[in-house]
Amino acid sequence: MFRSILSGDMPRSVVLSVVLTAIFVGLALAPFLFPGVRTVDTAARISVFIVLVASYDLLLGYGGIVSFAHTMFFGIGAYGVALGLTHLGRGFDAILIGALGGTLVSAVLALLIGLFSLRVRAIFFAMITLAVASAVAVLASQLSGLTGGEDGLTFKLPRELGPAFKFGKEALGGELFGVKLNGKLLAYYFVFIGALVLFLLLLRVVNSPFGRVLQAIRENDFRAEAIGYRVVYYRVAATCLSASAAALAGALYAVWLRYVGPDTTLSMELMIDILLMVVIGGMGTMYGAVVGATLFVVAQNYLQNLMGAASGLVEGMPVLPQLLSADRWLLWLGVLFILSVYFFPTGIVGRLRNGR
Amino acid sequence: MTTAAPKHKPKMAELSLGQRLAPWMPVLLVPVLVALGAIAIPQTSSWLTLTVSGLAMGMMIFIMASGLTLVFGLMDVINFGHGAFVSIGAFVGVSVLLVLGQMSGAPSLGLNLIALLLAVIGAMAATGAVGWAFEKVIVMPVYGHHLKQILVTMGGLIVVEQLIVVLWGPEEIYITRPESLKGAITFAGAALEKYRLVAVVVGLIVFAAMRFVLRRTKIGLIVRAGVQNGEMVEALGYRLRRVFVGVFIAGSALAGLGGVMWGLYQEVITAHMGNDAMILIFIVVIIGGLGSVEGCFIGALLVGLLQNYVAYIEPKAALISNIALMVLILMWRPMGMIPVVKAK
Repeated sequence: MFRSILSGDMPRSVVLSVVLTAIFVGLALAPFLFPGVRTVDTAARISVFIVLVASYDLLLGYGGIVSFAHTMFFGIGAYGVALGLTHLGRGFDAILIGALGGTLVSAVLALLIGLFSLRVRAIFFAMITLAVASAVAVLASQLSGLTGGEDGLTFKLPRELGPAFKFGKEALGGELFGVKLNGKLLAYYFVFIGALVLFLLLLRVVNSPFGRVLQAIRENDFRAEAIGYRVVYYRVAATCLSASAAALAGALYAVWLRYVGPDTTLSMELMIDILLMVVIGGMGTMYGAVVGATLFVVAQNYLQNLMGAASGLVEGMPVLPQLLSADRWLLWLGVLFILSVYFFPTGIVGRLRNGR
Repeated sequence: MTTAAPKHKPKMAELSLGQRLAPWMPVLLVPVLVALGAIAIPQTSSWLTLTVSGLAMGMMIFIMASGLTLVFGLMDVINFGHGAFVSIGAFVGVSVLLVLGQMSGAPSLGLNLIALLLAVIGAMAATGAVGWAFEKVIVMPVYGHHLKQILVTMGGLIVVEQLIVVLWGPEEIYITRPESLKGAITFAGAALEKYRLVAVVVGLIVFAAMRFVLRRTKIGLIVRAGVQNGEMVEALGYRLRRVFVGVFIAGSALAGLGGVMWGLYQEVITAHMGNDAMILIFIVVIIGGLGSVEGCFIGALLVGLLQNYVAYIEPKAALISNIALMVLILMWRPMGMIPVVKAK
């Protein structure tokens, strides 16, 4: 039963199992274990980013294709929900239509880009996605009539997902373990369960025969073609799947934030964050996405304060305060990124699995 | 029943006109685009202004992109961190110009040019040195591994951008061009900015120099042979790795030169300007054919001209037009306009 939920892909390491269980329990019970606006927000972000990073890993870790347009698909999904809720009223049907619409647009766009670039050389894909993604980001801020431009869109969720909606008054007195039972709680579980289902689906995909072929192509595309698999089709299919999953993750993110804008969903910085999460967690394994996204988001929220404190300590010395200031944390991530590509290409999860 | 083998009948036929013209087709695209621009923009004076600024922009993109395409052709190394050299070049060059404020502010052409020359030399020396370090530290361990190259050079780009912010501060720096390069001259009713004319001239000189080195010198011969078949060149006793390091340094220095020119063109520099320029650079090297300098030159001119024409007619479509150009050209020639034939 448990094995089939995980599609037969067990963690295969005691430490990793403990870490994954801790993350799962932490996220599943986040509103009860760590009550507080900021911590629950962090937990929701982690859930969304796990799906986003896992879908990117399908492309990078399993397919061996580098894409710089993953935030574009993420953003399309988020904008889909935003437009649905803005124009179709605040209902669950609007969320559904918006999410599906965004997913469809993403998949078609991925198909076009994939057919164009992957049929010639896989390396074109990285460059073309970079160009297309930046064009879309510029377009999103220029078409302000549709997308709200730089300001983005703020929209209303269905009433059941808002803080004003209360439930369980008679049975539980409106509280459970001291946590208020309101729509915000429901919204969290909407995001969490959505993310869990998507993640398990992705796990299913990479452990299917299709996933095996992708791995074969990653290792030796010439040989895979010789055995009789059409490499281009598999690569394009992986691109489309990964784009759809990213769009759905974007839809969840939009539901959680109740806002979309170019900076939160389309920016190049976000793309770099995703790359870092994949590489640090471990390429070529879905659990790497879980570990990477959790570590990264927690670090982003709490480590920056620490760096600020460290910068305060070395106040007065020459360059050091600037190197350590909280704004420069991307510098250290970049260094970490390069080092981990060289020395830990399998990331944290690969290390844990091999170090038994 | 036996069927005799068909008789071997070799024929000597001259290549048809179409076949002989085919390799030159991309060259024709530039005048075609200029002519289309003249049709779409009725006022001759604005068309002339736009054409000159399109050519200037194309030349600058070419200077920045040429190093990238050569590095790829020679060693199959794809450098996503190339934009970092553009940024470094711009920051070093502009710093030199700001230090020499007296010279570049003086209303004398000679002093201005000396200041500009010093800025360019400073920028090229700095980017050449950084390029050498970049090659040693970041690129060398990942030869022959595209996926890792893309990831690692991207990481290098992030680090360099952040270091620029550490050294020069996070604010964008506004600069003014040297005194005698400000303003415009009027020609046939069209206002042509002096700086853009200078950019066109510099671009032509760089292109001519590159072609001269590649076609007429021994080192150029080795580089071109290396692009076609590296193993064979090594078998003949040349250390291709050394040649490659040289090409990498030269390409980085050119990116630095492009960075200074691009910074003075925009009159503002930011740490991520190199990354922004990379988008156009990638489009140019893809449509030109990865590894081909001539293709890169033609591609850069096409992108520069198209961007300026479209921005005049419909400003919002400018960036999309370049993507459309790339799509069209890849449909016509999937390997780029002048594909590089690899003997592999």
